[in-house]
Amino acid sequence: MTKQVQQLDRVIIRFAGDSGDGMQLTGDRFTAGTAEFGNDLSTLPNFPAEIRAPAGTLPGVSSFQLHFADHDILTPGDAPNVLVAMNPAALKANLGDLPRGADIIANTDEFTKRNLQKVGYAANPLEDDSLSEWRVHAVPLTSLTVKALEGFDLSKKDAERSKNMFALGLLSWLYHRPIENTIKFLEQKFAKKPEVAKANIAAFQAGWNYGETTESFSVSYEVKPAQLAPGVYRNISGNQALAYGLIAAAVQSKLPLFLGSYPITPASDILHELSKHKRFGIRTFQAEDEIAGVGAALGAAFGGALGVTTTSGPGVALKAETIGLAVTTELPLIVVDVQRAGPSTGMPTKTEQTDLLMAMFGRNGESPVPIVAPMSPSDCFDAAVEAARIAVKYRTPVMLLSDGYLANGSEPWRLPEVSELPDISQEFTTEPNGADGEFLPFKRDTETLARPWAIPGTPGLEHRIGGIEKADGTGNISYDPNNHDLMVRTRAAKIAGIDVPDLEVDDPDGDAKVLVLGWGSTYGPIAAAARRIRRSGGKVAQAHLRHLNPLPANTGEVLKRYDKVLLPEINLGQLALLLRARYLVDIISYNRVRGLPFKAEELAGVIQDVIDSD
Amino acid sequence: MTELVNGKGLSLVPKTDVKQTLKDFKSDQEVRWCPGCGDYAILAAVQSFLPELGLKRENIVFVSGIGCSSRFPYYLNTYGFHSIHGRAPAIATGLAASRPDLSVWVITGDGDALSIGGNHLIHALRRNVNLNILLFNNRIYGLTKGQYSPTSEVGKITKSTPMGSLDKPFNPISLAIGAEASFVARTIDSDRKHLQSVLREATAHRGTSLVEIYQNCNIFNDNAFEQLKDPEVRDDITLRLEHGQPIVSASKAVVRGANGGVEVVARDSVSEEQILVHDAHNPDPSVAFALSRLDEPAFEHVPIGIFRSVDRPSYETLMAEQLDEAVAQKGPGDLSELLMGGDTWRIG
Repeated sequence: MTKQVQQLDRVIIRFAGDSGDGMQLTGDRFTAGTAEFGNDLSTLPNFPAEIRAPAGTLPGVSSFQLHFADHDILTPGDAPNVLVAMNPAALKANLGDLPRGADIIANTDEFTKRNLQKVGYAANPLEDDSLSEWRVHAVPLTSLTVKALEGFDLSKKDAERSKNMFALGLLSWLYHRPIENTIKFLEQKFAKKPEVAKANIAAFQAGWNYGETTESFSVSYEVKPAQLAPGVYRNISGNQALAYGLIAAAVQSKLPLFLGSYPITPASDILHELSKHKRFGIRTFQAEDEIAGVGAALGAAFGGALGVTTTSGPGVALKAETIGLAVTTELPLIVVDVQRAGPSTGMPTKTEQTDLLMAMFGRNGESPVPIVAPMSPSDCFDAAVEAARIAVKYRTPVMLLSDGYLANGSEPWRLPEVSELPDISQEFTTEPNGADGEFLPFKRDTETLARPWAIPGTPGLEHRIGGIEKADGTGNISYDPNNHDLMVRTRAAKIAGIDVPDLEVDDPDGDAKVLVLGWGSTYGPIAAAARRIRRSGGKVAQAHLRHLNPLPANTGEVLKRYDKVLLPEINLGQLALLLRARYLVDIISYNRVRGLPFKAEELAGVIQDVIDSD
Repeated sequence: MTELVNGKGLSLVPKTDVKQTLKDFKSDQEVRWCPGCGDYAILAAVQSFLPELGLKRENIVFVSGIGCSSRFPYYLNTYGFHSIHGRAPAIATGLAASRPDLSVWVITGDGDALSIGGNHLIHALRRNVNLNILLFNNRIYGLTKGQYSPTSEVGKITKSTPMGSLDKPFNPISLAIGAEASFVARTIDSDRKHLQSVLREATAHRGTSLVEIYQNCNIFNDNAFEQLKDPEVRDDITLRLEHGQPIVSASKAVVRGANGGVEVVARDSVSEEQILVHDAHNPDPSVAFALSRLDEPAFEHVPIGIFRSVDRPSYETLMAEQLDEAVAQKGPGDLSELLMGGDTWRIG
C-alpha cells in the first residue's frame, strides 16, 4: 500500500506522559531531528515540580510541545495539532488545549481500569464516543514495544521503558524526520550499556516501521525546510544560551568568570552548564545559600573577576542587601534572575514576568540597577554579553531578567562569528589618579561616571571600600549631608546615562495607530499576534524593550507617536506602572498571570479589540 | 595527589624585599573606637605583626562585616572591604578562591560571625578556603548599643533582656571544631605576645584558620574576661595549649576523664605522666572538642592557644587543580569551538 503524503506549512506536536516516561528526552530528540531537517522551530517543555509525582496522576504529567514550520515562527504554538498521550492522565491534562480535529495518539496499554479511575474517568474515553471531535489513533505502544524487544535480554519492565522511543519512531515516520542522528545519539547515550542502546534503537525502528505498515495511519506529513538566513545553526535553550553568553562575555572582557550560585528552579541549568567549562578558567562555586552565592561573586569581582550569580525570584529577594553593596561599592556584577511564578515559592516550574519591580526597586535606599531582558531563548546569549558590557564599563551590578519560558524553551540559533562579538574589555586602574599622586577610588570617569577598578595586587593603590557612604573622590567614610546627596544623585546619573540603543519600531506601513509594546519573553507571541493582524489587513506597530533600566532615550517619543499603546505583560502591569509614571502615557495593559506564556491567537484578539475600540 | 600545605599558608603570596614597619600598615584614617576598647590592642598587635610576614602590602586584603570590629579594615593601609552584616566569610571566599596570590583576612565579631553570619562561617570552615578569620568575641552587641549576643552567658541582663537572656550561648571553639575547621585557636586582646604567636601559626596554616580573640567591650560588657587578666588568678585558670606540651596552669592539670573526655584536676594530685600532652595535629577532633568544653563552668579554667591545626587541602587549591586538569585533558577553552559544539546545520 502506498501511503498518501500531505504537505503542511506547520505542525504543533505535544508529547505528554508520566514524568518518568521520558517525554522531555523524546521531545528533545524529535526537536534535534526537526532542526537537522531544516524547519524553523520553537519548543516549550512543561514539567511538574515534583521529580516523580505518583505514577499515572494528573500532577505527574510532563509534556513537551514543539512547533515546526516551513517558514520562520516565533512561538511554540498555541494549540497542538497532535497530542501523544502516554496514559489517561496525559490525555485528561492536555485535552482542553486540543482544537477540534486534532490527532490524538494514545497508548491504549495504559488505559486500564485502575489508571482511568486515578484521573476520574468513569469509562474509557477511547472506547466511548467522548473523543469524537478528534481523530484518535489507539496504539498499544507498550505491548508493541515489548513485543519488538522480545529477543533482547531485558526484563519486561526494562523493555517497557523503551516505549517513548517507539513513540518517537512512529512520530518520526509520520513527519518524515531523519533518523540517523537519533540512532547515533542512542548509541552514545547508552555506550556503557550496549544492550540498552540496541533495545532503544530497535524500539525506535519498530515505531517507524509500525507507522509504515499499520492501517491506523493512512497519511504521513511533510513540512518543507524553512528559508532562514544563511549561516550555521544549532538548536538552543535559553538557559544554555545564557550560559554560553556568560562564557563569551568572559572571553570578550578578558576577565576570569566566577559564578557564585545556589541551586534553584528554573536557573540551576546555568550553574550546571558553566560547571562543565572549566577549561575556560571558569570557577563555579555552589554556595551554602543565595546570599553567599552573590557575596562570593562580589568578592571575586573585587579581585578582578567577572562576578556572576544566577537565581530566580526568591533568590533575588535574599541577595538584595548584597546587590545594594555592589551598587554602593560600584563593582561589576551580573545578577541573573530566571523569573518564575511567585510570590514566595509560587509555582517554581511555571513562568512569569513579575520580578521587574523587584529588579528596579527591591533594595534599601536609592540603589539603581541597570536591567536587561532577553526576548527569546537564543537572545539570552546576546543579552548576557550586553549585561556584562554594562557591568564592566559602568562598574555596576546588572540585572538580567530571563524567565522560565525562555530558560527551558528552545529555538534554532544562527551562531555568531566570534569575530563579530563586541570587545567589552576595560583596563584595570594601575596608576594613582590624584593631584598629589594619591589614589582616589571614587574619582570618576567624566564621561561614564564609572569609578576606577583597582584590584588587590596593584601596588600603590591600596584602598578600602564598603557599604557606608563614601566621600566623593577619596572614598573615605562620610556622613556629610551634601556629600550624600551628591553621591546618591551621581550613582543615579551614572545608571541613567548608560548607553543603550534606541527602541526600534516595526510599523511596516508607517501609519498604524496602535502600538503593541512588550519586554522580555513575550516577544514571540506579541510578534506572532502582530503578524496575524497584518495578514488580515489590520495595522499595528510593534516595539520591544530589551533595556528596562535605563529605558532607551526615544521611548517617550515612541509612546507618544501612537494613539494607543497596548502592553501585554505576564504580571499585573509592572512595566505599565513605570511607563505611566515616567512618560504620563495612558498605557492599555493586558495581563494574565497563569504561569504560562501568552498565545498568539489570544494576543491577536486583544490587539484587534484595541484597534476596534474608540 | 594534592600537596600537603601546612606551613605554606602564604606560599603563593608575593614577598617584598623592602623592610616594613608598623607604620606601613597604618592608614590615614582616624581610629574611632571607644577609648579603652580592646579593639585598639588587637589593631596594634596586627599592625605590628604584619611586617613579620614580609608580604607585598598590596597583596593583603582585610574583609569585614558589620559591628564595631568590622571597622578594622579602614585602619590598615592594605586593600580592604567593609561589607555587610554576617557576609564577610562569603565575600572573602569568592576573593580567596579566585586569587590564591592574596593574603585574605576576615575580621568579625560574635554577633556578625555567630548570629547573622553563622551559616557562612561554618561553611567557610568546612570548605577550608585560605582565610584567616579573626573573631573578636566580647560577648555583647556593641554597635547597636548593648543587646546580648550569641556568646553572652545565660541570664544576661541587657536592654533587650531586662529579665535575663534565655538562650544558651555558642562556644565558638566547639562550633568551629564541629564545623570541620582545620585550624582553631583562642587568644586574648591584652596578651600581645600570645596573640601574635597565634597569628603566626594561623597565617602559616593553609586553609581557613579561626582565631577567637577575647576582646573587652569596656562600655557594654566591661571586664568580661577579667579573670584571665587579673594577676591574682590568671595563671591558675589559664590552661596553655602548646603542641607537645602537658596541658597545665600554675595549679591545675588536664587529664583523661573516666567518661572518655578530659577533666581538670589539681596539678599536685597527679603525676607528670598522667597529664594530657597536647596534640594539635591529631586528625581525630574529639580531644580538641573535649578541651573546648573546659570553659564551663565559666572561667574556672580556660584553655588558651591552638586547639587544632591539621593538614587538609585548601579549597582554592583544589579548585585551581580542577581548572588545570580540565585544560590538561581538553586544552584551553575555545569559544568558537564551544558554540559550534552541538548538532549544527548550515543554511545557504
